[in-house]
Amino acid sequence: MTDLHTHAEDVAAQFSDHLDLTVDEVEERLDNLVNEYRVPVDEARRSVVNSYLDEAGLERDALSGGGNASVGLAEIDQDEQWLDVTAKVVELWEARSDSVAQVGLLGDETGTTKFVAFETSDLPELEAGTVYRLENLVTDEYQGNFSVKLNRTTTITEVDEDIDVGDDAETVEGALVDIQSGSGLIKRCPEDDCTRVLQNGRCSEHGDVDGEFDLRIKGVLDDGEAVHEVIFDRESTEALTGTTLAEAKDMAMDALDTTVVADEMRTGTLGRYYRVSGPQFGRYVLVDEFERLSDPVDAEAALIEARSI
Amino acid sequence: MSQAPTREVARRVFAREFNDASHTFKESDDERAPVYLLLPTGERANRVFLVGTLTEKEDVGEGDEYWRGRIVDPTGTFFVYAGQYQPDAASTLRDLEPPAYVAVVGKPRTYETDDGSVNVSVRPESITAVDSATRDRWVAEAAQRTLERVETFEDESNEYARMAREEYDLPVDDYRPMALSALEGLDESDELGSDDGGIDAPAEP
Repeated sequence: MTDLHTHAEDVAAQFSDHLDLTVDEVEERLDNLVNEYRVPVDEARRSVVNSYLDEAGLERDALSGGGNASVGLAEIDQDEQWLDVTAKVVELWEARSDSVAQVGLLGDETGTTKFVAFETSDLPELEAGTVYRLENLVTDEYQGNFSVKLNRTTTITEVDEDIDVGDDAETVEGALVDIQSGSGLIKRCPEDDCTRVLQNGRCSEHGDVDGEFDLRIKGVLDDGEAVHEVIFDRESTEALTGTTLAEAKDMAMDALDTTVVADEMRTGTLGRYYRVSGPQFGRYVLVDEFERLSDPVDAEAALIEARSI
Repeated sequence: MSQAPTREVARRVFAREFNDASHTFKESDDERAPVYLLLPTGERANRVFLVGTLTEKEDVGEGDEYWRGRIVDPTGTFFVYAGQYQPDAASTLRDLEPPAYVAVVGKPRTYETDDGSVNVSVRPESITAVDSATRDRWVAEAAQRTLERVETFEDESNEYARMAREEYDLPVDDYRPMALSALEGLDESDELGSDDGGIDAPAEP
C-alpha cells in the first residue's frame, strides 16, 4: 500500500535524528495495525509514533515537522498531502453538519484556504483572529478546490505572533447581465447550524420552519468573453442597492409579495458594469468588495489602444 | 456529478454587424441545444449584451401587448421585441419614455421575410434604463471586441471565421473603420437620438 509507505517514510524521517529506523520496519508496524487489526491509518500512525517517542524518550513536541510538507495555504495543489502550517484563523463559519466541529478560513502570507475540524477528532476549539502552529493537517480536494482537514493527530499550538494574511481574492469585472432566482429578500432556516435558503417556506433539511429574512444577490458578471457567477451577501447587497434589509421587508409588506425586492434590485443594477473581488468557492466569487465602473471612458486612450489591435 | 450547462456569454456586437448576420446553427442534435447566430466577424452568439438609445417604442401586438423598441448605437439600430413571454422587458418598454439610454441582455432571433431576406432582432431577457457613462463604456467595449474579432479572422484555427467565410460574402475589414469611428464618436459630447437608423424595421415575426 503506497499510502502506508508514504506514512512510513514520514515517520522514519521524523525520527531520523533520534532513532535508527528503516522505512520498512515502520511500514511493517503500520501495516500490522491497519491491515491486521483494522485500525484507521491516522490512528495507526499516531500509535506507532507514540511508541517510537517512548523508545527515544521524547515528548511529541520534540519532533521536527519531519516529512510533512510546508506549503503556503494558497499554494496547495495536491489531495491528501500532509502539512504543517502556521496560520491565522481568518473566519469561522457556522457548521452545517453535526459531524463538523468547526469550519472556516485559515490564512498565511500566501493567502487563505478553507479548513474543517470534525467532532470525532475531539480537538480544542480554534478562535478567530488567533495564530496557531498546526501540525499534521491533511489536504482535501473537491471539484478542483483545495481545503485542509484537521484530524485527531493534529497538534494545535497557539503562537504569539500576527500574520499578514495574503490576498488571494479573485477579481472579476463585467456587465451585470443577470440576477438569478433566489436573490433579493430571502428566508433562511433558523435551526442551529442551518442557514439554508427556504423554498416556499420549507427547508430541505428541517421541513416547514419560520424563516429568518436575509438579503442576497446571486448575479452574473459578463465581460463578453467569460461569465462569472458572484454572490453578494446582505452587507454588500445593501451597499450595492442602497436598500437595507428593513426597507426591503417594508417593500415586501406593502406589496404583499417578496419578489418586488428582487425586481427593484434588477431595475437598479442590471446592465451596469462592476468590478468585484472576494474568495472563490466553487462556481461563485463571494463578494467582499465591489465597485461600480462608472467613470467616463477615456475615449482617446481607448482609440490609441484600439488602433494598435 | 452532474455537469450544469454552462451559461452562454453575452457577445458585444454593434448593430450594423448584428444586422448583417443571418445564419443560425446548432452544435448538437439535441432539441434543447442552444441556437447560435453566426457573427460576420467570426464568432457565435447565443446571447448579446447591448447598450444604446431607445428612440422609439410601439405596441405592435394584435390583442396581446407586443412591444417593439428601436435601440440605436453609433453604427445602426437594434430591433427588440418583447411580448407576454418577456413580461419584465415588455413592461419596461411600456414604461420608458424615449429617448433613453437602455441596456439589453437578450437572445438573437432571425426571421425570414417573404422576399427571402433575413431580419435579425433581439428577444430581451432584461431591459434596464442606464446612464450615459454605461453607454459609453459599452461602445468602447464593443469596439474593442469587434476589432479583436477582425484581427483574428484570418487565423487558421478560427472555426467560426471559417464558417463566416462560407456563409457570408461580406467585407469583414469594413468593420474595423466602423469600430474606430464609433470610438471617435465618444470624443464628442453625448447626443441623444442621433444616427441614421437606416435599416427598415424587420417585419413582425
